[in-house]
Amino acid sequence: MTIKKRHVLLVFYLFLLFLPIYWMLNMSLRYNADIMSNFQIIPTNITFDNYAKIFGDPSWYSGYINSIIYVTINTVISLLTALPAAYAFSRYHFIGDSQIFFWLLTNRMAPPAVFLLPFFQLYSTFNLIDTHIAVALSHCLFNVPLAVWILEGFMSGVPREIDETAFIDGYSFPRFFIRVFIPLIRAGIGVTAFFCFMFSWVELLLARTLTTTAAKPIAATMTRTVSATGLDWGLLAAAGILTIVPGALVIYFVRNHLAKGFAMGRV
Amino acid sequence: MNKWENNKAWFLVLPVFVIVAFSAIIPLMTVVNYSVQDIFGPGQRFFVGVEWFREVLLDERLHDALFKQLSFSTLVLLIEMPLGIGIGLMMPKKGWTSSACLVILALPLLIPWNVIGTIWIIFTRPDIGLFGAFINATGIPFDHTASGVDAWITLMLMEVWHWTPLVALLAYAGLRAIPEAFYQAAKIDGASSWAIFKYIQLPKLRGVMTIALLLRFMDSFLIYAEPFVLTGGGPGNSTTFLSIYLVKIAVGQFDLGPAAAFSLIYFLIVLLFCWLFYNALQAAGTGDKS
Repeated sequence: MTIKKRHVLLVFYLFLLFLPIYWMLNMSLRYNADIMSNFQIIPTNITFDNYAKIFGDPSWYSGYINSIIYVTINTVISLLTALPAAYAFSRYHFIGDSQIFFWLLTNRMAPPAVFLLPFFQLYSTFNLIDTHIAVALSHCLFNVPLAVWILEGFMSGVPREIDETAFIDGYSFPRFFIRVFIPLIRAGIGVTAFFCFMFSWVELLLARTLTTTAAKPIAATMTRTVSATGLDWGLLAAAGILTIVPGALVIYFVRNHLAKGFAMGRV
Repeated sequence: MNKWENNKAWFLVLPVFVIVAFSAIIPLMTVVNYSVQDIFGPGQRFFVGVEWFREVLLDERLHDALFKQLSFSTLVLLIEMPLGIGIGLMMPKKGWTSSACLVILALPLLIPWNVIGTIWIIFTRPDIGLFGAFINATGIPFDHTASGVDAWITLMLMEVWHWTPLVALLAYAGLRAIPEAFYQAAKIDGASSWAIFKYIQLPKLRGVMTIALLLRFMDSFLIYAEPFVLTGGGPGNSTTFLSIYLVKIAVGQFDLGPAAAFSLIYFLIVLLFCWLFYNALQAAGTGDKS
């Protein structure tokens, strides 16, 4: 009986969670005039015009491609640099280790709004403005510390005897790390990649500041729907729905890793 | 676990150090540089010492924004943390339902932040929004563009909607890590489900909940994109949080000096709170550090 009640509550919560997203989906399938004049919970006059407009216009869909490129670069850089560092933090004592660890975390605490101008100046100095790599690098500021933090938790769960045995068996460090250690924490790497993808995908302020046209993210392109005649709600909603799709695909593919990674313990 | 003493481990940390320092230290130094200068244009800058800090600390509107920001973060955390733990407890432990719950829960987390604002505009507008129209139909006037209270309610709802899943996911992860033997022992002792929660689950959750609390505090305290899209700080000044006020100074009025001084103070406030939380939570559970 109690189990049933808790399931009903959970389903109700998930329903509420989905409701705003459903409403946007609803809007994206209707004409603007229809949105403003009729209030319909289930749309009757369905159209795919809004989506057609986005897929037919390169200045719209290139935004998605740009976002996906810099998010991928960022995830790869974050993982590659964070893996050895997390190993160091989980296995060794060295001068300044706890200080460096806390310093890394403080980088998540800086108000990003403030650092926009310095960031812009820094990346202009290196001629990196409006490139994907600039956005990817700037997102490393908050993703690399997070990746180190999460991976360190997973690595600490692996007994140190495994390292010792491998070294006695004559494994060199790089070979041990790639052949033995990384497969052991595969689920943890999946979870970390998911979080890196997520935080880079949703960040907008830095991405918008560091790009003008060639690497402009989709979320910034969306501000264009404000036209002279007012907001184009249908188009805005369609663009919004499309920004959810890559994220939804990523969760769908990593869902088993995610469940396994979570089961391994600390995130 | 005892760690090996080895300073060569620095070489493993070096890439991370370099890549983060590039994006962190140079911009931070630039901000410090701005904060002690009066800048009129290129080549026209004067050293003013701590004047901006004094001006910013005595700014009435800043105190107001800080108070709003703190109230917002506190309220949001008070709702999100218990709710998230509750959801984590309710989630099925195995099977496809568990995966399905994870996927649906993670969905709001993967939406760009300004799109979150857009979703909630569409959802809560009194004319075209499901929520806004529903509330108005019950006879209660609701319009987040006209009433400060309604704007607050909308922002809180949005924040809770957006981030409770993160707390729930972390709580779920923490719960999955509790060995089955603990529950069996509790069952043999005839423990009630409340006792299991209080003496087994809650203490074991402390680690992940520290992470959740810190992440949620930082992000809710630094919230910018969502209120900017949803209310733009209005109506009036009722939702002008710290970050919105800061951008008004830095970009709107182009007062780089005060904005830089302000942001350093902002940074220190966040740092102080995180340090306090971190230590309090560590102290609360000395003994069985997992």
